[in-house]
Amino acid sequence: MNSRPSILIIGAGFTGCALAHDLSLRGVNVTVLERGEIASGTSGRTHGLLHSGARYCVTDPEAAIECITESRILSQIAAQCIEYNGGLFVALNDQDLAYSAAFEQGAQATGIPIERLSPQQALQREPNLNPNLLAAYTVPDGTFDPLRLALAFAATARQNGAVFLTHHEVQALHADGQGRITKLTAWNRHTGQQQTFTADLIISATGAWAGQIAAMVGASTVVKPTPGIMVAYNQRLVHHAINRLCPPDDGDILIPQRRMVVIGTTSFEVENPDYIPITAEQTEQMQRAAEALVPAIANTQRRGVYMSARPLIVSGSSGRSLSRTFKCYDHEALDGLPGLITITGGKATTCRIMAEKTADLACQKLGLSAPCRTKDVPLRSYRLYYS
Amino acid sequence: MPTLWKITLEILRQRQNQPPHVELFELEVDPDENVLDCIERVWAFHDRSLTFRHACHHSTCGACGMRVNGVEKLTCITPVREVTHPNGVLRVEPLRNFPVLSDLVVDVSGFFQRMEQTQLSSIAPLSQAKLPFEPNPPTIWQGQRLIDCIECGLCVSACPAANTSTSYFGPAVLAAAQHVYRQTNNPTVMQLVNCADGLWRCHSAYECSAVCPSNVDPAWRIMDMRRATVAHSLRNIFKRPNQKVAP
Repeated sequence: MNSRPSILIIGAGFTGCALAHDLSLRGVNVTVLERGEIASGTSGRTHGLLHSGARYCVTDPEAAIECITESRILSQIAAQCIEYNGGLFVALNDQDLAYSAAFEQGAQATGIPIERLSPQQALQREPNLNPNLLAAYTVPDGTFDPLRLALAFAATARQNGAVFLTHHEVQALHADGQGRITKLTAWNRHTGQQQTFTADLIISATGAWAGQIAAMVGASTVVKPTPGIMVAYNQRLVHHAINRLCPPDDGDILIPQRRMVVIGTTSFEVENPDYIPITAEQTEQMQRAAEALVPAIANTQRRGVYMSARPLIVSGSSGRSLSRTFKCYDHEALDGLPGLITITGGKATTCRIMAEKTADLACQKLGLSAPCRTKDVPLRSYRLYYS
Repeated sequence: MPTLWKITLEILRQRQNQPPHVELFELEVDPDENVLDCIERVWAFHDRSLTFRHACHHSTCGACGMRVNGVEKLTCITPVREVTHPNGVLRVEPLRNFPVLSDLVVDVSGFFQRMEQTQLSSIAPLSQAKLPFEPNPPTIWQGQRLIDCIECGLCVSACPAANTSTSYFGPAVLAAAQHVYRQTNNPTVMQLVNCADGLWRCHSAYECSAVCPSNVDPAWRIMDMRRATVAHSLRNIFKRPNQKVAP
């Protein structure tokens, strides 16, 4: 067993768990270190929309194609935690309606199946929609349970030999005599003790915190923590994911989940994503956006308000226009720091392909030729993470 | 700006394999923020060694169950104003009837293993995801959704019977078995819970249903499963040889 190559993954969000699953299937000895619990950072607090890609088909076709491909795969391998009921894009005013042409074109160009509905047809499907809607399109969206999706990846990885150490916070990365980053020190927060771990490769899958890990060895990353607020309401007023027919904007998506609906989200930048306060202004802004889509929200009790810090890749611009696609940083090529890889950016919907690309790079570095199998391997029950 | 409340957060803390102690944190909080936000703030700004479980922050994952002033709560949807007052105390402890790993983190592995034995699916058709006596959703459209049980363990912590026996399956598992049995009529799941540590350990305190944050009503489900089990047994007593009886 010792002859198998070993990889340490930092972070047990969607990316870290999907990566542990991918690498375990390829025969790598995987250990995952997570400072909190599974999905206790950005991943757990994600909105929960399984993106068909329609949201990005005009502004970011690359992300849209990734989303439609990956949402289909996830709906097959992770059906255990996905409400796959489809979604609607609704136009509420003339400006929304004017977006139809670009939307239809974008959807066609990116291969996302849509169907135009009359306002009556849309209201028949979703009686709680704003009765003044002007048009609607069906899209193959879904909703997922964030923790259970991450757990399902982690459970399958564990069944294939991966080790998950939660409440282990990485405090330092160390280079060996040749300048290779192969060792790290972690603080076991259950016991208060420090422990060192070594491996052939270290992969940081820390999302919005990637900059903090990279900074430990002076490596570069260009990720901007970009939080958004979400508000959950106490009634399942819709069964489809409801999107506003407009370019990506604040409060443009209302999703059903269990007995709730959840509206999201805003977008602003912060330096440190450890704790992001929730402002009443943003909560009210989301409330208004939700009421525009589904007026009955006005009479529905709020259940939760929360914030999640997206890891957006900086491409010279800021905010909403940052690319939603992910980036895998090979710090050997980038900073002359062999042994260290960072994967960040992306979305929950694309976590599997993010893992695939990262594992490809890792295997290439380790001289492994094992192909990726995650497209075709159904995930084990999420509860087996605790077996 | 909302009027802030000064509160004292009393957290029961414990390092692995060491005796527990109480630690106090003085905080100024917006009374509309949730208890979990206060705990996260203590971790972010006061003490990085504090451990707690959390993920979704809106009651869909079930990770953040704790005892708040002696009552089981899903801390992500428990506003401070509901559980204390200005200059008040907020005592936070880990769930009972689970082994404590550290601070507010309990070991849920035994619980999840038993839940898995019931084969309860987390997704169900809309008409089967709810309690059977609730009206069907007002739509003819056939969709599916995540079921109500979020496996938070609040019911196990609140259950006096679970407090007397570590081998008791506990309310969530029995409720899961009922849910599966009513969906499938599968006798295997009935056999699983028709035992002293299963359906018959419950002594009808109904604490589980009182603390359930997610409409599962475990106590009703346990009673319903008892009815089904007794009916099944009676049918078996009176059935003539070679007569086929529906399970």
